[in-house]
Amino acid sequence: MGRKIDKILLVGNPNVGKSALFSRLTGIKVIVSNYPGTTVEFSEGTLRLNGKSIKVIDVPGVYSLEPTSRAEGVALKILQDSINEGEEECVVINVVDATNLERNLNLTLQLIKKRVPMIIALNFWDETKHKGVEVDIQKLAERLGVPVVPTCAISGEGIKQLVEKITAGRVSNLEFQDDERWKLIGEIVNSVQKLYHHHHTLGQRLSEFTIKPATGFPLAIVILGATFALIRFIGESLIGYMFDPIFEILWKPVVMKISLILGSRGLIHDILIGQVSNGEIDFMESFGLLTTGLYVPLAAVLPYVFSFYFVLSILEDSGYLPRLAVLMDKIMHKVGLHGYGIVPTILGFGCNVPGALSTRILQSERERFLAATLMAIAVPCAAQTAMIIGLTGKFGIRGIGSVFLILFIVWFTLGMILNRFLKGPVPELFIEIPPYRIPYLKATAKKVWMRVLFFLREALPWVLFGVLLANILYISGVISFVGKVVKPVISGVMGLPQETVTALIVGFLRKDVAVGMLVPLHLSLKQTIIASVILTMYFPCVATFTVLLKEFGIKGMAKAAGIMLASTFIVGAILNLIL
Amino acid sequence: MKRLIPLVELGEGQEGIITDVRGGHGLRRNLEGLGVAPGRKVKMISKHFRAGPVVISVVGTQVAMGYGMARKILVQPLPKNSAAG
Repeated sequence: MGRKIDKILLVGNPNVGKSALFSRLTGIKVIVSNYPGTTVEFSEGTLRLNGKSIKVIDVPGVYSLEPTSRAEGVALKILQDSINEGEEECVVINVVDATNLERNLNLTLQLIKKRVPMIIALNFWDETKHKGVEVDIQKLAERLGVPVVPTCAISGEGIKQLVEKITAGRVSNLEFQDDERWKLIGEIVNSVQKLYHHHHTLGQRLSEFTIKPATGFPLAIVILGATFALIRFIGESLIGYMFDPIFEILWKPVVMKISLILGSRGLIHDILIGQVSNGEIDFMESFGLLTTGLYVPLAAVLPYVFSFYFVLSILEDSGYLPRLAVLMDKIMHKVGLHGYGIVPTILGFGCNVPGALSTRILQSERERFLAATLMAIAVPCAAQTAMIIGLTGKFGIRGIGSVFLILFIVWFTLGMILNRFLKGPVPELFIEIPPYRIPYLKATAKKVWMRVLFFLREALPWVLFGVLLANILYISGVISFVGKVVKPVISGVMGLPQETVTALIVGFLRKDVAVGMLVPLHLSLKQTIIASVILTMYFPCVATFTVLLKEFGIKGMAKAAGIMLASTFIVGAILNLIL
Repeated sequence: MKRLIPLVELGEGQEGIITDVRGGHGLRRNLEGLGVAPGRKVKMISKHFRAGPVVISVVGTQVAMGYGMARKILVQPLPKNSAAG
């Protein structure tokens, strides 16, 4: 019985491999992760079936059709809209974790109640064997009244059969009362599933080690330390052995030639090439579009962006982050969040934009505001961090270490203060701890590639524009005028040279360029630390600003901006006094 | 044997049967989504000191929840020797 289908919805619990299945079906590049929240902005792709294109929507993972967070609200809305449209024929593929039928069937039964045509993909089928689970597929399909296909999204097993069966998706004739749902689930599971005794796997043992406080905390410190060291190692190696040589050996002679052709001076020369001291171009200091404008995003920042996302993706896809959330729960409560608030913070270290977007996984408006504001103030993105590492490099660990320590103290103190003054309760942590899984390397590589592309697309134009703007501000004399106006605050209160104001203006466009502008100023250690800290804190870059404005409205953004400026002023003044 | 205790008082490795959730509709619904509902067997995996979160195992899944939430769930502890594996 072939049906006409226009749309396929992938619906399932978080951590059931739904996104991996989505990329199998559509072949388009999507972000696949092991913790709920990454698909809040749902992905859409197309599947070719019998010569026809069918829309496939990856609905955010939900445990139930009664939404408890904004992410779940999105899921329900997509589903409801598709059912109501009527004209379009839609089929739901309910992705179910074969190793965990009992919990997954809760959503399945709720979907059945919605009277939508559906088909079940019994995913992680390969894992059932070593987990000691046996499922009678035939019987399960009979009991539920819809087709069931075993799949393994990672190896691709069963995907073909699933696609072939999509047109057989149908409305179940299963009838039951809502309050008898769990009883019915118990009955179905008992009749279709057999459990065998199995030994604890390595993953289960590792899971206990990383979540119990006595072993979990020391391990967390080791893991986070190793993460930072690895990011730095990969980043510095790429810069030192690949990107620096490319710029120094291949690109430098080209720019030198252009410089000579332009007559080594003049307006156009200064904008394109920048300052040439002693006949030498310094990619960090010259500040022309073709020198610093290209070097900063491509050679200084890109290696770190790649390195950060590579390491983060492995951390995400292995399933470590929910465990970290449990360990951090007590500390996060002090700043008005529960443990899961650590996720937007960590994502913010890559780029504040996805960090701000991921606050949607939190339940209350208050939590979202707190998490986003704290991140925008105290979490430097990978691009900025890369530049701060470069700027403070000559001072060794004292430089970069102090900056991060101060930002952590700011994050914690400000969080405690905001927690006291913002009304409302602190919701409690309530998350699934998914089993550890070895990251599916293809998906990880795809994800890193997507994120690097996003960086290049979003950052490169802004960096060039930032460098151009900096030049125009210098040449037109605006800088020296504004510099004089704000001198009492910048120099008087914070002890920085008045030229720092250029960095603050350009910082609104790109923080990495702003840090780069501090290089030619040859600041002292104290000034370097203060400048790095206030550049992180004072205001988000324009991309983050746009997202925050969308998420919290003008009023919320104004409140956040007030907090940012006030705390920057206070922290700058205090640092100037005590350092 | 009949004594009911809050979930937080289960020792690590101890099992119990959930008998009641003392909370509003919202909390019950939330908990149910991850399978935490009356009648289910739970096992305490890990407790974090000083009113920290707890990690339990329920219907084959590990679930972490805040201390306050775990205090609202009543369980009937099972004798220790029945806990195998």
